[in-house]
Amino acid sequence: MNMKKTLVVLLFAIIGISVSAQDRTVTGKVTDTRDGTPLVAVSVTVKGSNKGTVTAADGTFSIKVSSKTTTLVISYLNYVTKEVLLDSKNIVNVALSQSSDQLNDVVVIGYGSVRKKDLTGSVATISAKDFNTGAISTPEQLIAGKVAGVSIISNSGAPGSGSTIRIRGGASLNASNDPLIVIDGMPIDAGGISGQANALALINPNDIESFSVLKDASAAAIYGARASNGVILITTKKGKKGAMKVDFSTQLSVATVSKKADVFNANEIRSIVIANGTSALKSLLGVANTDWQDQIYQTAINNENNFSVSGAVKNIPYRFSYGYLDQRGVLKTDKLTRNTVGINLNPTLLNNHLTINVNYKLSSSQSNFADQGAIGAATSFDPTQPVKSNSSRFGGYWEWLDPNSSTGLKSLSPKNPLGLLMQRQNNSNVTRQIASALFDYKVHFLPDLHVVLNTGFDVAEGKGTNVTNDSAASSYNRFKDASNKFHGGVNTQYLQKRSNSYLNAYLNYAKDIKAIGSRLELVAGYEYQDYKTTNYNYSDLTYDKTVVSSPNFESNVPEYKLISFLGRANLNILNKYIITASVRQDGSSKFNPDNRYALFPSGAIAWKLKEENFLQSSKVVSDLKLRASYGVTGQQDGIGYYDYISYYNLGSNSAQYQFGNSYYPIYRPNGYYYNRKWEQTATANVALDFGLFDNRVSGTIEAYNRTTTDLLNEINQSAGTNFSNKIVANVGSMENKGVELTLNFQPVKNKTTTWDVSFNATYNKNQITKLTISDDPTYSGARYGGISGGTGNTILIQSVGYKRGSYFVYKQVYNAANKPIDGLFADLNRDGIINEKDLYQYKGNDPQLFFGASSSVSYKKWNAGFVLRANVGNYMYNNVASSSGTLRNILNPIGYINNGSKDYLTSGFSGNGSNYYLSDYYVQNASFLRMDNINVGYNFGKVLHNKANLRISANIQNAFIITKYKGLDPEVNGGIDNNFYPRPRTVVLGLNLNF
Amino acid sequence: MKNNTFKIAIATVFTVFILASCTKQLDLLPTNDITSNQVYKDATGYKQAFAKVYASFALTGNNGPAGNGDIQGIDEGTSDFLRLYWKAQELSTDEAVVSWGDPGIQDFHNMNWSASNPMLTGLYYRSFYQITLANDFIRQASDANLATRGITGTDADNIKKYRTEARFLRAYQYAVLMDLFGSVPFVTEADLLGSVLPKQKTRTELFTYIETELKAIEADLVDARKNEYGRADKAAAWALLARIYLNAQVYIGTAKNTEAITYAKKVIDAGYSLISDYTKLMRADNNLNTSEFILTINYDGVKTQNWGGTTFLTHAPIGGSMTASGFGVDGGWGGLRTTKAFADKFTDITGATDKRAQIYTNGQSADISDLTKFTDGYAITKYKNIKADGSAGSSLTWTDIDFPIFRLSEMYLIYAEAVSRGGTGGDATTALGYMNTMRQRAYGNTSGNITSAQLTTDFILDERSRELYWEGFRRTDLIRYGKFVESTYLWPWKGGVKGGTSVDAYRKLYPIPSSDISSNTNLKQNTGY
Repeated sequence: MNMKKTLVVLLFAIIGISVSAQDRTVTGKVTDTRDGTPLVAVSVTVKGSNKGTVTAADGTFSIKVSSKTTTLVISYLNYVTKEVLLDSKNIVNVALSQSSDQLNDVVVIGYGSVRKKDLTGSVATISAKDFNTGAISTPEQLIAGKVAGVSIISNSGAPGSGSTIRIRGGASLNASNDPLIVIDGMPIDAGGISGQANALALINPNDIESFSVLKDASAAAIYGARASNGVILITTKKGKKGAMKVDFSTQLSVATVSKKADVFNANEIRSIVIANGTSALKSLLGVANTDWQDQIYQTAINNENNFSVSGAVKNIPYRFSYGYLDQRGVLKTDKLTRNTVGINLNPTLLNNHLTINVNYKLSSSQSNFADQGAIGAATSFDPTQPVKSNSSRFGGYWEWLDPNSSTGLKSLSPKNPLGLLMQRQNNSNVTRQIASALFDYKVHFLPDLHVVLNTGFDVAEGKGTNVTNDSAASSYNRFKDASNKFHGGVNTQYLQKRSNSYLNAYLNYAKDIKAIGSRLELVAGYEYQDYKTTNYNYSDLTYDKTVVSSPNFESNVPEYKLISFLGRANLNILNKYIITASVRQDGSSKFNPDNRYALFPSGAIAWKLKEENFLQSSKVVSDLKLRASYGVTGQQDGIGYYDYISYYNLGSNSAQYQFGNSYYPIYRPNGYYYNRKWEQTATANVALDFGLFDNRVSGTIEAYNRTTTDLLNEINQSAGTNFSNKIVANVGSMENKGVELTLNFQPVKNKTTTWDVSFNATYNKNQITKLTISDDPTYSGARYGGISGGTGNTILIQSVGYKRGSYFVYKQVYNAANKPIDGLFADLNRDGIINEKDLYQYKGNDPQLFFGASSSVSYKKWNAGFVLRANVGNYMYNNVASSSGTLRNILNPIGYINNGSKDYLTSGFSGNGSNYYLSDYYVQNASFLRMDNINVGYNFGKVLHNKANLRISANIQNAFIITKYKGLDPEVNGGIDNNFYPRPRTVVLGLNLNF
Repeated sequence: MKNNTFKIAIATVFTVFILASCTKQLDLLPTNDITSNQVYKDATGYKQAFAKVYASFALTGNNGPAGNGDIQGIDEGTSDFLRLYWKAQELSTDEAVVSWGDPGIQDFHNMNWSASNPMLTGLYYRSFYQITLANDFIRQASDANLATRGITGTDADNIKKYRTEARFLRAYQYAVLMDLFGSVPFVTEADLLGSVLPKQKTRTELFTYIETELKAIEADLVDARKNEYGRADKAAAWALLARIYLNAQVYIGTAKNTEAITYAKKVIDAGYSLISDYTKLMRADNNLNTSEFILTINYDGVKTQNWGGTTFLTHAPIGGSMTASGFGVDGGWGGLRTTKAFADKFTDITGATDKRAQIYTNGQSADISDLTKFTDGYAITKYKNIKADGSAGSSLTWTDIDFPIFRLSEMYLIYAEAVSRGGTGGDATTALGYMNTMRQRAYGNTSGNITSAQLTTDFILDERSRELYWEGFRRTDLIRYGKFVESTYLWPWKGGVKGGTSVDAYRKLYPIPSSDISSNTNLKQNTGY
């Protein structure tokens, strides 16, 4: 925020260059109406001239004015501007009140910021006061459900797990669909690091000031190369001048499993086996009654503490923060401890000509990762068996045995779920440091020109050890050494280092052209990004450190770089018409030198209707703006780094070939695609921003059309023409069309009560329009989405004419009682046989409509609110039901008993054959309404002799969900619900103290 | 002050321009992967790249057993050459059934495979993969490239041998494709990668190519039985010629039995002999069976790991009451059995008389009422990861058993069948002798000997089944005898019907995968698909 303030100050400083006659000096102090604290760097100008000053750290100012001066204008970011009549006063004390009107906000955009009023592109901003509350350990969850067109779905209920973020549905097929994330001007690598899958989880959410989501091409194109999927700009909190402020908050939360997979209990399994099983199977039945899911899940008690202090030392504003998170998973042994430190310094030097903003963030996390295989094992392990055996073998855990096998264990049988958890320790230790420095220099001899240099690095190290005891069944006697001795267990380590650096330099020139009542702003810059990872390879060791296999190379260092040139022009005419144009040239090391560079242009216009005469006096319409934009963005994430040349890869030690009596390592030429280039997305966007009744009702309605061409798409290579039969090439196109609506109401606003309601809705229609070089009607598309069950079964397809990620299934035939008939499917092509030609595209995982709604009420010292989300038209493949809800699964032919999904009672499927896996019966409607968060808080006000402010709060997260979906959770990224780590229901108590 | 800031401004602008000029920084190289010039800089590199051409038979990728696969769009373990070829050749016949539900696998029994069957697609690309590797190697090993890279003398001579063997492997894979798919796209080292879409060659053109190519390289191949173990020699080329000549009537509509006799005889006369015990053919140390094996795919439980190959052929048939430890492995996959039609080829299925009957019946029923039930149908115990002396292989998971692509028995049977079909250059007495040599090994004595009257063409088909079952021959044999799609021979579950049924004649060829039809506009699909 301070940077924005500085910009405003600089702006006024520029205006104030012309000097006129000075008659007297006016002094005064500017304070905040709320608590009387002094406001720093408030602009104080003489009305009708460009002369002015700013307030000092104690809020005071001093300005020389001419005798003709009648009025001072006191303005400050996010505060209501005041005009003060001078008369003969020489002392003017002013109290400014915070603006409730969001439209006055300054919005962070790429390489600068802009008043929200003057936006031409589609940018949604969410600031701290609108963040989701409760136990939130990863930043993106702060804005889940808050922004139209943005879907944020947590990947699982595991501690620190990330989220899948989709802005307007994503623009790609095989390349990445993740938006670019920029923290304080530095684009970060979205990929995780060993020991922490989610890069964002290393950022403390409490350090975040605001999010800007750049949705259309006009807003995003300035990030050209990586902007096709939208851009999320995260601005972290900064130091503020003034008295030292200390903030302390603590949270205690209790997480429980809200729903378990619906499987049989022990008695039900006994009766199924007795009724249907062979005598051999019946003899295997146990007498225990074990609920394996109860065995593996726990109530997790979590704790989070945050402390921050901000103020100024010798005019250098600072902010220091420290956060501690202790989170346990609902799956036993899962644990995350995180310590974060944030330091910000943002001094202004050289007579306000040089603004510096330095950020440093350190995060250190220690995790233990539970073996998530236990989740599937718990749904399928025989409930008639006890947890513990009477033997000490396998750590005392009961396992399926086979006296004839070398390990004593039944081959291919599932392993004791609790044993999987308790006999493994996978500890990681991840450190990440992000540092950035921004220098904004207003040139002394040309104050209209700013030279901005922004540079930073992001280094991370993830390491860990994965140890499984050699008594554990999961890896018992897994290796036989040369002397025929067996070794079991696992004792491996891993280490990954990442070092990303970034440099951006740009010139910003802004000039008022008074002759035509306009303002022109030009930006031109250069950017360099380097993403380098070092993966260390270690031997696969058994528990006693016997080497099973060794890597060929000690390490591997994949790296890619981007070099870019960018420019933007912004012309504001009469404060009514705003025109923005931007262009960016990007070069990526991932492409061959001929295809390396691409140009990404954009243009936008906005018409501020409210400023026109016919609306200026309107009491009803408080704001009205029409926007339109068009632009092209690019994409090169999610593809190989060096694929334009065929490189030779050395085979592993276990992949050699024997000639004579010698084994030779092998060299393989890898598949390549010389002509690969940028994927491009063209977006057209039209929008209407409106505010009514003094902005008590405000909102935006927006429509867009996005066309991606030269899709980075994995296509078949004609046989014999490449070393890979499939390769990511630029073939195909896809369209996304949508409408977004955002509405904010303030139904009640008076001295005691404020009630805010906001609502957003998104409709997105996706269609693949081309996938192959030649249009072959018999080619159904690219199948993907491996499922559990059979070997190599896939459930999803990318097909021309259908939405991305359609299910590709057989049409189940039902009897008169609407029960599916086992193994009977519609012969769709009527050729008398059921084979792949009878598969059809059916529904998809992406919702057609999704909604977010939130409400908050404050009444005197109380406040309460909720956030809910709903999806409509999304479907889910219930893989738990298809892989375990059959008789064949329960009575496993290899000779053991499994538990299974109770869906068997509905389907009655035998589990013979393989087509049933692909039945549309298992593709279920997963539309839902989820109450993400209910919260209530009480503000005690001043406590501790009026020195501190105390607030307490309570939240219920993931309170309830309404859905027809029969599986565990209707929201599973990727559309295949297979042993999903349950999202817990969490009750949070919080206390916040500041002084 | 002003002067200082001016300097800062100038310095900043300079920094920007210096960085801007560094666009060369976008040329990056991988850390461990290397370019062709680095690989082929010396003889060692040539041998390692050459090893990959062969290894494409035995491995599914560069990381044993899995993790860095060669073929995309198919489960890596399934993408193994032998596993797929075996399924296409055996599961479609009376010799084998499978209980699993892998996508497309039951189509082989049902005989309703389509052009998008994932197993056939995987097999097609696997064969072409080895062809593409061979083409690349032949290019890299050209005389010009050897000269440029300064490789001369013995090194150059050895590499020229490798180059000839790469041509053999390419011809072998074209023969496989010709047999399975008929007419397929055709590429050689002359076609630069990715430059043009390959043109399709008819089955007849392919036949001519393979025949010409094998004869062209014959002289350059190492003499029979003189090459390193695992590498092709002259006998391998002769054996492949004998095999395609025997099937020439099917491939080109003209019988070539005389030529089949000629080339089978060349192999037989090269000094091969049967090992003494048939049940020791497919064992962990069968790399010692060099008197009988002409060319093998080499596996190793530690150094050449793969989820297909003989690992598949050993684990997959173990289920029911069978004990995995008896097969030298850690567990069964409960999949493969056989039909009664095959078991009936033996008068005594216990193996007490004809030791080739390696059939497991305990707890198994001869009849199959449910294909997906392991205990329906007898199991086969031919592949064991145990050495001839009873000791264990090097791993309990991955087998050491090598797989013979050609072995002497097949040459005996080709000779006999070609004579029986009227080929010249051989004689019935010699043929009978070969048959009885083979049967004496099977019976342990002469009690199984046949007479010349018994040596009919039809007898040879059954004898091939008894001798070569589960080695990947059956579909080709049944087609040659007119019994694959026709109603003249029905076996349980042929065509997906318990009693067996005939199917359309076009199913004698497999369809070209739709993924290649859609990416190569030159291709014409086989009739019927």
